[in-house]
Amino acid sequence: MTCLPQNASRVKLGLVIDLDICVGCHACAVNCKEWNTSGKLAPLTDIDPYGAKPDGVWFNRVHTFEAVDEAAGTSRTVHFPRSCLHCEDAPCVTVCPTGASYKRDDDGIVLINTDICIGCKLCSWACPYGAREYDEDEGVMKKCTLCVDKIYNENLPPESRVPACVSTCPTGARSFGDLGDPDSDVSKLVEARGGYALMPEQGTAPVNRYLPPRPKKVGDGMAPRMLEHHDDSADGAGLLARWVDKVLSV
Amino acid sequence: MHPAKSVIYFTTASGAGYGLMVWLAVMGALGYIPADRTFGLVAFGIAFFLIISGLISSTGHLGRPERAWRALSQWRSSWLSREGVLAILTFAPTGIYALTWVVLGKNTGLAGVIGLVGAVLSLTTIYATSMIYASLKAIPAWSNRWTSVGYLVLGLMTGSAIMLGLQSVFGVGHSGLIIKLTTVLLALGGFIKLCYWRSLGAGGARSTAESATGLGTNGRVHMVESPHGEDNYLLKEMGYKIARKHAQKLRRLALVLGFIIPMALVAAMAVIIPELSLALSLLALVSVIIGLAMERWLFFAEAKHVVMLFYGQSEV
Repeated sequence: MTCLPQNASRVKLGLVIDLDICVGCHACAVNCKEWNTSGKLAPLTDIDPYGAKPDGVWFNRVHTFEAVDEAAGTSRTVHFPRSCLHCEDAPCVTVCPTGASYKRDDDGIVLINTDICIGCKLCSWACPYGAREYDEDEGVMKKCTLCVDKIYNENLPPESRVPACVSTCPTGARSFGDLGDPDSDVSKLVEARGGYALMPEQGTAPVNRYLPPRPKKVGDGMAPRMLEHHDDSADGAGLLARWVDKVLSV
Repeated sequence: MHPAKSVIYFTTASGAGYGLMVWLAVMGALGYIPADRTFGLVAFGIAFFLIISGLISSTGHLGRPERAWRALSQWRSSWLSREGVLAILTFAPTGIYALTWVVLGKNTGLAGVIGLVGAVLSLTTIYATSMIYASLKAIPAWSNRWTSVGYLVLGLMTGSAIMLGLQSVFGVGHSGLIIKLTTVLLALGGFIKLCYWRSLGAGGARSTAESATGLGTNGRVHMVESPHGEDNYLLKEMGYKIARKHAQKLRRLALVLGFIIPMALVAAMAVIIPELSLALSLLALVSVIIGLAMERWLFFAEAKHVVMLFYGQSEV
């Protein structure tokens, strides 16, 4: 059924990505590939993986942008992970002619039933965010599942029941939770840091939020201070060290 | 956008087939063409061939063509599904009308009414095809008010050009009327394409690299590193680029071949050299076909997708 849920659930599971923290290490993309290549939409087929032009299905891509303010003479380099935003008004769902593409009533996760997908690719044309990729090998579309097979998995310890990209991020730049609940940790984080949606003008009402880089700390224009304990003279040293210094200096 | 040959053929051929069906119904029902059986056999044969081969071609780009029947299920939300359902529904009245014309030798009265129902459904199907593209906000060049009117008028125009060729070959029907009709539709079609191309440049960007990343407060945004070294699906499908200088030349060529030359040839049929009308009408048809193939190729190749804002485009 490709109509969007009529009585949309209050629960809106999604990601919050902190662009101030992300170092662009691609661990989220790699662990996503690792988990999902044997997950719900498995496999994440690679074409010509060791050849000259390797290609393949990934649910997560890390771009790097530079924002340059020529008037102020400043620039920011920002690493930018891009994945499905699990939009509330998901155009990839409504354009699907077969009902393969759907948005779950209970938690708002956008998924694909690859058993009935015909691979017409229209959903990838409808998505402004490039969240859908075509699996040439299987002839069907694939996309981020928000690790639906991990977040509800009772065989895993509770702390592991988050998407693979979140559990692997070494800097803690990614958070997962219910963005439909204003009192959830992720909602509070978005509120505190001024989190925003990407391309709101496209009208798809994304659920995921991005946290902007914090303002640059402006120093005095000098190089950082030398370390305080760096001292060429032996005056500050202890008794034994001064004695050794004297002996060796002879 | 990547201009897939299967989709270019689908949109032009089925549009022309439905256009021809509309004129067969309208002119037959109103008595401008007698129900000549040989003419009917060839004309409906061509119309159904164009429609059916177009629909089959449209399944050519599917990853799982054997599941294509599933595309009929989501007509409540999907224009692609609606298009499939309408295409199948249209076969009923147009098929009956073709049979009454070819077998019973009747195309007016009740047969004419059935034909007109088929004409309305044919136009609705062309409209549904256009809405597959016009409903995609992420591609501003398609989500454009000229897209649907362009598909409708160009379908009727190519249908009319084929009708003109057929009437010249068989020497049936009211040649003055179809000449006037084709000339008007060629002029209208050219005008709509000009408006469409003008609208692509106007109105400013809908989305920018700044709105895509939300980093505009820090300055002008540009990509410094792509996530991958080789092209992925998105770049192959949505990142199709043609040299800008060729786009302008191709637009001019499409306009001249698709609209201006055929208009001159058809006008010549009416006023100057009626003896050469058969050759002129067929030449006009060939010119329309080449011009429209270029026009439709441009429709896909020129269209930019907003996802390219993540891959180095600054505005779409």
